[in-house]
Amino acid sequence: MRPTPSQTVGPFYGYALPFRDGGDLVPSGHPGAISVHGYVYDGAGAPVPDALLEFWQADAAGNLDGRPGSMRRDEVDGSFAGRDGVTFTGFGRVATDLDGHWAIRTVPPGEVPYIAVCVFARGLLHHLYTRVYLEDSGEALLASLPGDRRATLIAEPERDGVYRFDIRIQGDAETVFLDLG
Amino acid sequence: MPEPQDVISREIAELAAKSDGADHPSRDYPPYRSSGLRHPHRPLVAPPEAYAELRGPVFGASDVTPLDGDLTRQHLGEPLGERITVTGRVLDRDGRPVRNQLVEVWQANASGRYPHLRDQHPAPLDPNFTGTGRCLTDAYGGYTFTTIKPGAYPWKNHVNAWRPAHIHFSVFGTAFAQRLVTQMYFPGDPLFAYDPILQSVTDEKARERLVAAYDHDLSQPEWSLGYRWDIVLDGPSATWMEEGR
Repeated sequence: MRPTPSQTVGPFYGYALPFRDGGDLVPSGHPGAISVHGYVYDGAGAPVPDALLEFWQADAAGNLDGRPGSMRRDEVDGSFAGRDGVTFTGFGRVATDLDGHWAIRTVPPGEVPYIAVCVFARGLLHHLYTRVYLEDSGEALLASLPGDRRATLIAEPERDGVYRFDIRIQGDAETVFLDLG
Repeated sequence: MPEPQDVISREIAELAAKSDGADHPSRDYPPYRSSGLRHPHRPLVAPPEAYAELRGPVFGASDVTPLDGDLTRQHLGEPLGERITVTGRVLDRDGRPVRNQLVEVWQANASGRYPHLRDQHPAPLDPNFTGTGRCLTDAYGGYTFTTIKPGAYPWKNHVNAWRPAHIHFSVFGTAFAQRLVTQMYFPGDPLFAYDPILQSVTDEKARERLVAAYDHDLSQPEWSLGYRWDIVLDGPSATWMEEGR
């Protein structure tokens, strides 16, 4: 069957898609928690204030089964209740702020050593996939890329437990985006 | 200086004439002006493996309340507008149902206004309508929303630019690589030809897959009009799924 075409997420998803604790894959103070953050830039080097990022990864043991509970709802009033503080769902979603900045808190994925990222934005007619690697591990995709391109997929350690990962949609240091068939 | 519609329409026609029959829009589609600085220049890279992207997030009963699929019952009063139900199935490219996955929708109200600070279209907000909903697909991949028909609204892509009425959909498959965000349109809308976002899908047959069908059997007497719209998720290729590439 032929697929349903993609269309842009547009500018007005902000009251529909982001949810409470969306970027907190693990709670504050979780042992081994890391923060990954950065900016999204357009082809003119300007920050993109209306991008939506989704993250999907293995847990610390390398399990990719995922769990429900990313966007738990309060059964009394229907509002977002936040995560339960225990379950690692593997999924995160954050919108960039007015500075084009985003941040998530998670644990380094085990076995499959990257965080899969899906980028949506006003002006982007079809989402883009990329990956956050926390180190240049020599993993297959990294090994297949020339140095300057490889560098766009590797988060930079800023301080203990904090990594910086910018996404450049277009331009000289354009992030490597993936064709997943 | 924003350009007139005929400039945009001419560009749309030129690109339609060169359509390669692709299912999805090119990310570089100049008539949609905002795409200019927001598409990659370099070709996408096919990774040697994709373990994580062949799996995907899961959602469950705790993530969705039973009322989330009814956008007309989120406030004390009834929203203004034409009550509709939109229903269909989420399928993969082999026609298999995508079960127990999350479908999210958002839309303008009947007057064509979103409750978002950046929407300054001088049409009334509706205190009884927010315009967001979600549900999990059932064992047949089915989803249903009760809502009101959204209005058309102006935007600033060019002079006198108007979006045809549409409902935004966000859909998850069993693989992260099947992710889809798109827009559902209503049959026979006179604004289709003028809209660079819909026309970014340059293949006519593909574009038709974004338009719901009015289904009289889905209309409920004295209550609502029914629309049917099936969603087929793209990728990852069968080879990848089978070989676990």
